[in-house]
Amino acid sequence: MAKPRAYIMVPVDADTVIIGAREVKSRFSAELGRRGLADEVRVLEVGSFGPTNAGVIAAVQPDGVVYGRLTPADVPGIVEEHFVKGRICGRYVLPREYPPEVPSDDDARRTQQVGRVVLDNCGRIDPERIEEYIAGEGYFALGRAVGEMTPAQVLDVVEKSGLRGRGGAGFPTGRKWRFCASAPGDVKYVICNADEGEPGTFKDRLIMEGDPHKVLEGMALCGYAIGARMGYVYIRGEYKLSIERMQKAIDQAREYGLLGKGLFGSAFDFDVDIKIGAGAYVCGEETALIESMEGKRGLPRLKPPFPAQCGYLCKPTNVNNVETLAAVPAILRHGADWFRSMGTEGTPGTKVYTVLGHVNRPGLIEVQAGITLREILNDYAGGMASGTFKMAHLGGTAGEILGAEMLDVPMDYDAMQKVGHVLGSGAILIMNESVGINDYLDACMRFFKHESCGNCNPCRNGLHALCGITGRLKAKEGYPGDVALMEELVMSLKTVAFCPLGQSPAGPVMSALRYFRAEVEAGVDPTRVRPKPAHSHLEKVELGV
Amino acid sequence: MTVQEIVAKRGNARENLLQILHDLQDSTEGNYLRREDVEVLAREMLLSVSDIVGTATFYTMFSLKPRGRHIIRLCESPPCYIMGEENIREAIREKLGIDFGETTADGLFTLEPSSCLGSCGVAPVMMIDDELYGNLTRDKVGRILDGIAAREPLAAGA
Ligand SMILES: Cc1cc2nc3c(=O)[nH]c(=O)nc-3n(C[C@H](O)[C@H](O)[C@H](O)COP(=O)(O)O)c2cc1C
Ligand code: SF4
Ligand code: FES
Ligand code: FES
Repeated sequence: MAKPRAYIMVPVDADTVIIGAREVKSRFSAELGRRGLADEVRVLEVGSFGPTNAGVIAAVQPDGVVYGRLTPADVPGIVEEHFVKGRICGRYVLPREYPPEVPSDDDARRTQQVGRVVLDNCGRIDPERIEEYIAGEGYFALGRAVGEMTPAQVLDVVEKSGLRGRGGAGFPTGRKWRFCASAPGDVKYVICNADEGEPGTFKDRLIMEGDPHKVLEGMALCGYAIGARMGYVYIRGEYKLSIERMQKAIDQAREYGLLGKGLFGSAFDFDVDIKIGAGAYVCGEETALIESMEGKRGLPRLKPPFPAQCGYLCKPTNVNNVETLAAVPAILRHGADWFRSMGTEGTPGTKVYTVLGHVNRPGLIEVQAGITLREILNDYAGGMASGTFKMAHLGGTAGEILGAEMLDVPMDYDAMQKVGHVLGSGAILIMNESVGINDYLDACMRFFKHESCGNCNPCRNGLHALCGITGRLKAKEGYPGDVALMEELVMSLKTVAFCPLGQSPAGPVMSALRYFRAEVEAGVDPTRVRPKPAHSHLEKVELGV
Repeated sequence: MTVQEIVAKRGNARENLLQILHDLQDSTEGNYLRREDVEVLAREMLLSVSDIVGTATFYTMFSLKPRGRHIIRLCESPPCYIMGEENIREAIREKLGIDFGETTADGLFTLEPSSCLGSCGVAPVMMIDDELYGNLTRDKVGRILDGIAAREPLAAGA
């Protein structure tokens, strides 16, 4: 078959399937076939380009033309104009900044790749064809590691790169791997945490949908470094397309001998299976995730022992986030120094964010760690869609709320810590003045209350009480003293709750008070009198009624 | 598939319980875990019924009560909430007469609250069975529900 003269890339992910991406894609194939162009122009299903409000997109390469907001009915016209007559169909072309990531020629492609580590393939390759991943030097790092490097050398590279976990806590990945590598035992496990339940976060889904082999290669490299022969991807049950694509990728990798016995002719065996969750946010916490993988209720475990000593089936286990693992192949391919040349001293590399809320271009971006919130808002998200900036909630619901004062702080783990904040999982929810702080806090507390696993009393009852308070504040019916009580409750939860879920309401509540205390307090009605609890010794226990 | 077939396919080790419950629920009319099946499953897996029920009820995707043929999961996490989730809930309530946890009289739809469905770029979002629907408005919800109902000429009770 002749080399095609052009490719039409249609991003198909859970967001675009909803609006008919599959139909548009098959319409392109049908139209091209009907006109005898099927060999000349190939239609590819690729992962997300990033923005989520440009409708169904079709990017034509190497022409560098991006059509957007397509319906199947638009397709015959485009095929006629663009591919038969050779004229660009201006009517459907997206404005230049849409989507910022699509490279128009080889040069742009190269510079783009310098900036992208995790998403370099997303939206460019067909995630359902392993050949395309391999063509972009995929599985190259794994082959070289297994063939030429010792596990200790792989570990060293990862440690030197300064990669930090992208699941929220920012723990140094190399150090985590070392714990597991040095744990005694010859059965060990690698777990890829794809539970992604943090509201506002969907980067892991788009990575799995757009470039599943990268995740598998990262897992295999981890397995090699720590001495594991088996890996599991724990994917939340709602992520149907991710499950489908990861499964397909596993099947193809096995077919190619890139998973299974004796990889690259060495003695290293490594295989991967999928475990499917069933709807519980707390299962994203690594020990709860392990419990869930064992077929039990997803209750967090007491630590220590840490998973590195006693994890899945009580074997040494390493748990990493999808994005963390997806960064590993590039680090081994280009070296630790290359990775360190990006981002900041404390947070080398790039960071994937999902930007959403009242912005012009919600979606997925990958940027150098350390750029400011203002740059993200204006340069990547296209500014506010309506109103003026009031606050941003970083890192999902468990993260912290930032006021406009913080727009210029660099976004990396250390700089954030210096100003008393945490970076979290990568969600950036931007809100304008239409969102009332008490209304928003109430939504956050209801989320935690719903997701509390109920295992420990402070969290189970504390969140019930917190919802009582935020509900009253939202209705402007707060009792005098409610704000102080709310502070006391979240701070005591922070100290005594068994796991980080129960500890996290302090994040949104305390940061909201830092920037919007007056507005929170305006929810109190000074004329109301708190009813006496039925039992006086429970005076301090707010029952949330 | 029968309980025995599912257990034979997945293996009766405890680690497989979640997958088995998914399979079982998916193959049961009414989208739920039947008591009789759970009892058989308990024997097959050498677990107690209460252990299985305790596990199943921990997860929002499993139900021990019969549900409608289509399950609507409406995301009510903060990012969807600020983009108007409550209007959507209201629209569904008006249209179908059901609120969270309820099933329509014809057995076609059950409405359930959900936490973030990972599609917040197109908030507000709902999932009906395996399909996601985003950028919802009152009108759009009405059209989506009509579309699904129209594909089901025989309501469950008929
Ligand atoms: C309530 C809760 C939910 C979490 N959810 C996730 C999640 O969805 N995905 C994830 O990767 N990490 C999640 N984490 C963090 C994990 O416990 C763990 O730190 C992470 O998977 C480690 O990977 P990393 O070192 O690559 O970041 C969650 C933690 C808590 C406390
Ligand atoms: S803090 Fe909450 S989520 Fe964590 S163990 Fe306690 S009840 Fe469960
Ligand atoms: S059983 Fe322990 S407090 Fe009720
Ligand atoms: S918050 Fe609704 S899909 Fe994420």
